[in-house]
Amino acid sequence: MKRGIAGSMESNDALITVKESDKLSVTVKSIVYDFFHEQIEKVIYDTLAERGIGNVEVICEDKGALDYTIKARLLTALDRMEG
Amino acid sequence: MKNALNRYVPEGYVPFESASAYKNKERKLIAPKKTSEGYETLGSISDMFDRLQIKDGMTLSFHHHLRNGDFVLNMVCEEIKRRGLKNMKLAPSSVFPGNAILAELIENENVTKLYTDYVNGPVADAICAGKLKELCEMHTHGGRPMAIESGALHIDVAVLGVPAVDKKGNGSGFSGQSACGSLGYAVSDLTYADKVVFVTDNIVDRIDNPQLDGKYVDYVLKVPAIGDPSGIVSGTTKITKDPVGLKIARNAAQLLDEIGLIKDGMSMQTGAGGTSLAVAYYVRNRMLEKGVKGSFASGGITGYFTDMLEEGLLDELYDVQCFDLKAVQSIGRNAAHHAMSGSKYANPFDDNVVDKLDFVILGATEIDLDFNVNVTTDSHGKIMGGSGGHSDTAHGAKVTVITTNLVKSRMPIIKEHVTTVTTPGEDVDVLVTERGIAINPRRTDLLEKLRNSRLPICTIEELLETAYGITGRPEKPAVTDVPVGVVVYRDGTVIDTIYKTK
Repeated sequence: MKRGIAGSMESNDALITVKESDKLSVTVKSIVYDFFHEQIEKVIYDTLAERGIGNVEVICEDKGALDYTIKARLLTALDRMEG
Repeated sequence: MKNALNRYVPEGYVPFESASAYKNKERKLIAPKKTSEGYETLGSISDMFDRLQIKDGMTLSFHHHLRNGDFVLNMVCEEIKRRGLKNMKLAPSSVFPGNAILAELIENENVTKLYTDYVNGPVADAICAGKLKELCEMHTHGGRPMAIESGALHIDVAVLGVPAVDKKGNGSGFSGQSACGSLGYAVSDLTYADKVVFVTDNIVDRIDNPQLDGKYVDYVLKVPAIGDPSGIVSGTTKITKDPVGLKIARNAAQLLDEIGLIKDGMSMQTGAGGTSLAVAYYVRNRMLEKGVKGSFASGGITGYFTDMLEEGLLDELYDVQCFDLKAVQSIGRNAAHHAMSGSKYANPFDDNVVDKLDFVILGATEIDLDFNVNVTTDSHGKIMGGSGGHSDTAHGAKVTVITTNLVKSRMPIIKEHVTTVTTPGEDVDVLVTERGIAINPRRTDLLEKLRNSRLPICTIEELLETAYGITGRPEKPAVTDVPVGVVVYRDGTVIDTIYKTK
């Protein structure tokens, strides 16, 4: 099974793992989950849509990253999975 | 019932009116405890419980000068557990993660009431989970001595860790294997508790000018160690290396200069956090450039201030608690480095030091559009600290400056309303962040002085929008309406309620 990882568990960063899958699933764990989980999920879904990726498993372990960090980590993880 | 800040106040408590409401009240003093010559010696903690007849429902008090290295509170907790005592009330001036055993006692209802100025770690978690049977009362460092001297907080037995005790029972924190410097928070307990026990690991022949007067001491217990020196004081406290923190500190120092506070005779206090110390560093540089000499610094004292004293930049230090090893060494050596009591520091009814401060630099977990500050809970409402001297110094100082990052791990520090009010906005004057500086609109005098300033001054509403632009708008977390604690303002009124977390 192909997979890709990018990011870190440092404060203000996120560790994103993507795995080949036959369906779309997104799991978010975050220190700011109660405040921002919808926005974190949105940036993940939007980024996948931009890439035209339908079926993938995304696990986001977030330590308070801003949207652009989450997007960059996700794109790199996807590149690493496909590379 | 609601208080003046529209916060709920549980039944049986007096609602907060304003920061200066105490001025219309009379100081209430109970009789100090009886004095005696000499003291009796105890053989063990167990012997102390027997001889003092410590039983269910009693109130025992402690100081936190041994900080996270403290053994004394834990030793007493072990004995409460061993004896299976119930409904004990504890009044430690602060509680640290090292006091985990107290969480167990709370869960098992050995301890059902807690009075403290600051709590984090497992005990805070137990309170937030609703395990403490009665409401936790969170005082300020100045409010605690006021509560004790007025009889509002009655102490059956004060069990005080003391790093050096002499043959007359006099106590000092300046020397010994567990030296921690000033013992300021122990003084009210010593003076007003029904019975006082000193627990020490160091008996000496004689202490000159002791901070704790032996005439109030009933018993002395010698143990192998009252604390772990590595947890008692940090070796050194250091200024931040974070460029964001340094920028905030530079701008804060610049602002203090522009409003005319860096001048001969100036007085100040800062916390021991990295950014606060950086402000002290930049202020010191300004003082050197301008050839200015200050009158005093107060509070928890660090090596930065003892250096300033020894360099002749400050005339005196008023020290309620030493934060690092350099401060401990200085207090025993420098005559102008004075140990002071918690009451002398910040009791609203005492001739206190905070009222003489020109400025104080403080932190915030949250600050809202009314400039109310929270340092008691996080944004989930979970307890992670407490006022300590926050609201005392904010009220006393002529100018109160909050320094903080605008955003920490995606959380905007500015809120429309803080989760928990620790310090009322009427006492908070300036907020310095890396993205701009907001002045409380009440301070028209400061706004006037800063009219031509090149500092990035804006409104707090603008700063909030800037923060939301970076993070997005946070959703409101789910909370319960079950009170687990009250934030007691320094005058004894309740400024806010703390709720059980989900």
